[in-house]
Amino acid sequence: MSDTMANWTPGDDAMVENAIRRGADRRELLRMMLAGGVALSAGGAILGRAGAALAAEPVKGGHLKIAGFAASTADTLDPAKASNATDYTRCCALYNRLTFINGAGLVTMELAESVESTDAKTWTVTLRKGVTFHDGKSLTAKDVVFSLKRHLDPATGSKVATLAKQFAEVTATDDRTVTITLAAANADLPTILGLHHFMIVADGTTDFSKGNGTGAFVLKEFKPGVRSVMARNDNYFKKGPYFDTFEYFAIADEPARLNAVLSGDIHVGANLNPRSLRVIEGNPSIAPFISKLGSYGNFILRLDMAPGDKAGVAEGFKYLVNRPVIQKSVLRGLAEIANDQPIPSWSPYYNAELKQREFDPERAKSLFQKAGILGPEIRVTVSDAASSSADYAAVLQQAGGKIGLNLVIDRVPADGYWSNYWLKEAFHAGNINARPTPDIMFSLFYQSNAPWNESRYKSPKFDAMLLEARGLLDLSKRKQIYGEMQAMVANEAGTVIPVFQSNLDGVSPKLKGLVANPLGGMMGYTLPEYTWFGA
Amino acid sequence: MNSLILRMVAGRLVVALVTLLIVAVVIFFATALLPGDVVQILLGQAATPEAVKGLRTAMHLDQPAALRFLLWLKNLATGDLGVSYVNNIPVAELIGNRLGNSLKLAAVTAAISVPVALTLGVTAAILRGTLVDRMIAVFTIAVISVPEFLVATLAVIVFAVTLGWLPALSMTGDVTTISGLLKAFAMPVITLSFVISAQMIRMSRAAVIETLNAPYVEMALLKGASRRRMVLRHALPNALGPIVNAVALSLSYLLGGVIIVETIFNYPGIAKLMLDAVSTRDLPLIQGCAMIFCLAYLLLITIADIVTIVSNPRLRHA
Repeated sequence: MSDTMANWTPGDDAMVENAIRRGADRRELLRMMLAGGVALSAGGAILGRAGAALAAEPVKGGHLKIAGFAASTADTLDPAKASNATDYTRCCALYNRLTFINGAGLVTMELAESVESTDAKTWTVTLRKGVTFHDGKSLTAKDVVFSLKRHLDPATGSKVATLAKQFAEVTATDDRTVTITLAAANADLPTILGLHHFMIVADGTTDFSKGNGTGAFVLKEFKPGVRSVMARNDNYFKKGPYFDTFEYFAIADEPARLNAVLSGDIHVGANLNPRSLRVIEGNPSIAPFISKLGSYGNFILRLDMAPGDKAGVAEGFKYLVNRPVIQKSVLRGLAEIANDQPIPSWSPYYNAELKQREFDPERAKSLFQKAGILGPEIRVTVSDAASSSADYAAVLQQAGGKIGLNLVIDRVPADGYWSNYWLKEAFHAGNINARPTPDIMFSLFYQSNAPWNESRYKSPKFDAMLLEARGLLDLSKRKQIYGEMQAMVANEAGTVIPVFQSNLDGVSPKLKGLVANPLGGMMGYTLPEYTWFGA
Repeated sequence: MNSLILRMVAGRLVVALVTLLIVAVVIFFATALLPGDVVQILLGQAATPEAVKGLRTAMHLDQPAALRFLLWLKNLATGDLGVSYVNNIPVAELIGNRLGNSLKLAAVTAAISVPVALTLGVTAAILRGTLVDRMIAVFTIAVISVPEFLVATLAVIVFAVTLGWLPALSMTGDVTTISGLLKAFAMPVITLSFVISAQMIRMSRAAVIETLNAPYVEMALLKGASRRRMVLRHALPNALGPIVNAVALSLSYLLGGVIIVETIFNYPGIAKLMLDAVSTRDLPLIQGCAMIFCLAYLLLITIADIVTIVSNPRLRHA
């Protein structure tokens, strides 16, 4: 039995391995490979390989080197201020959260033993025993109270202050129990506590440059904008980590980051451009690690400004955007088709019954004719700050040209885009990072009075449904309400969401134990803790 | 001669102080013109009005701009460059680390590229019109025209990815051996030498040719001086002024203008620090970096002028 075949790459091996982890069975995988033109005998060999990789026991040792895409003097080890992959990766190695959102998007316990409530309003968090900080101090309820309450102080500069506002009261009942009373019932609290910003720091910490957490690695060196070095925490309360040391820095230039993985200087080059997939495939010294995320780039038509205020205009653009072209040409297949609503298909709350909107320029034309916007210039503001938005706009412009739409693309600098253009222009591009629950997505971007309500979508019915679902502990009922809300956003809001973008990391084939996580690339930024070097 | 130089240096010092002050004022207010302030940048998408207001108060940014500038100036007079808004580390510490790196890279690059460039430039001038001269001309024009990111990326693909001789990154922090140091510096230095040599080659060639055409060189030729003596003794000292100025300008670029090389080779120098400072609107750090660039520029120009005076007897008695 030969296991050599034409277009099979180490990357495909990794994909099969991931599929097995997700729970795909052998028959399903073989069908998948047959569809890809792989002979049955060779397919068996691949499955054998992937199986061996899965069965392999983690090996201790080694120096892991990761290069992210951005580092600056603004790098921080304060989880409340963390703002990009660089901060998240470092914080994930140094600290822990109360709960953890795993690869399947489900909530598991990390520092908490349990997070429970009977009314979704008053929650009791019981802490795990025997957890210590790097400086030797034991984890107590006081640390949790401090870590959660500091988001409420404006001087902290917390990125999740709006989410934390609902913590009406956080008190330590005893050494291992914390009671969180919410302003209003919210069944998603366990998921919210699994967000990166809610990592637990030691009570009273003001200087975060020491990175004193409970996490898998202990900080050795941290120079903002240059690099960080960490060593294995031998007192860690979980199994692992496996690397002796872990070094993180950034190479802002994408080709240079890719080259550094190819030359073996680093083991992970994070956030590669979809264009690089061609170089990666077929190269034995690098493997692609693809994470399906719920993040997306969108077009925003404000419903309170021309042209979006005319009936049918936003709907017309939803028909005019050629999703398969964006998926295949702009993002080289590293994307999933979206349906103008922000919940991806791998969410347990996804509404599969909502009909997928197809590319239909004729329908767009008739809608635009009715609104009378064909002919005069329509300007759309795009920027490199909203990734690939200029390319998306070009796809839209081309389709529009054929039906007489005079779309002009205004490309503005990335610097200052979020404070000067986003939310302000009549028709512009946005870029939204995935949030783990529909409640967060909807309350941040679609609730009538949300500060980030991109298209100024206002619906009292929607707001009422949001509040109702938030307090429900019954999953099937929530799913039904969220399903209806997805349909409302897709049909009524002024946001055009063409595709969900996947993340591409380039990794050394030596790296084992990779499982994609919906919270972000590099296993939701926890890669250093869970992976190891295979033989 | 000494008194002349002393007088010039003293004059330059006064001019330097005034220049620095003007630069500081311009940079302070130019930074204020940039869209968004440090608080909005730090909060990013999370910049709701109340969050911005709270953090501004906590960082004492709600004081009037002019007052903040005067406070900064007062601290500077006592040698205190202030503390970075973004990460609360003293600016002197942030700059100190990385200025050392930049100076190291600049020194190695200068040590290699200046002698090579001058030799090539003078050779081209002496052999004007020959094949060697043409080859040097084609080489310099090619090097000027090819942008440094291309040179750097090609160098990485060839030497690090394909051949595997050199590391793709220049992390000098971990280097302990001489050969390791050479390897780490090789590619950034080659790339930078390409960029700055071309300018120096063309300037020195032009300057030497000009003096070789002068009557006193013809006189030397008629007196029977050897070609070598004619160039080195008669022509070169007179051409030194423009050459040294070209060298000084090229070197000043090495300190603040090597952002592309720092980015591609991940070399932690001061150009990237300045860029970070600007993109996060971190005023104390922007000011600190700008002061250093300005100072270095003034210093190099002054050295060039001193060399010009020393090398030219006519200027000494002016």
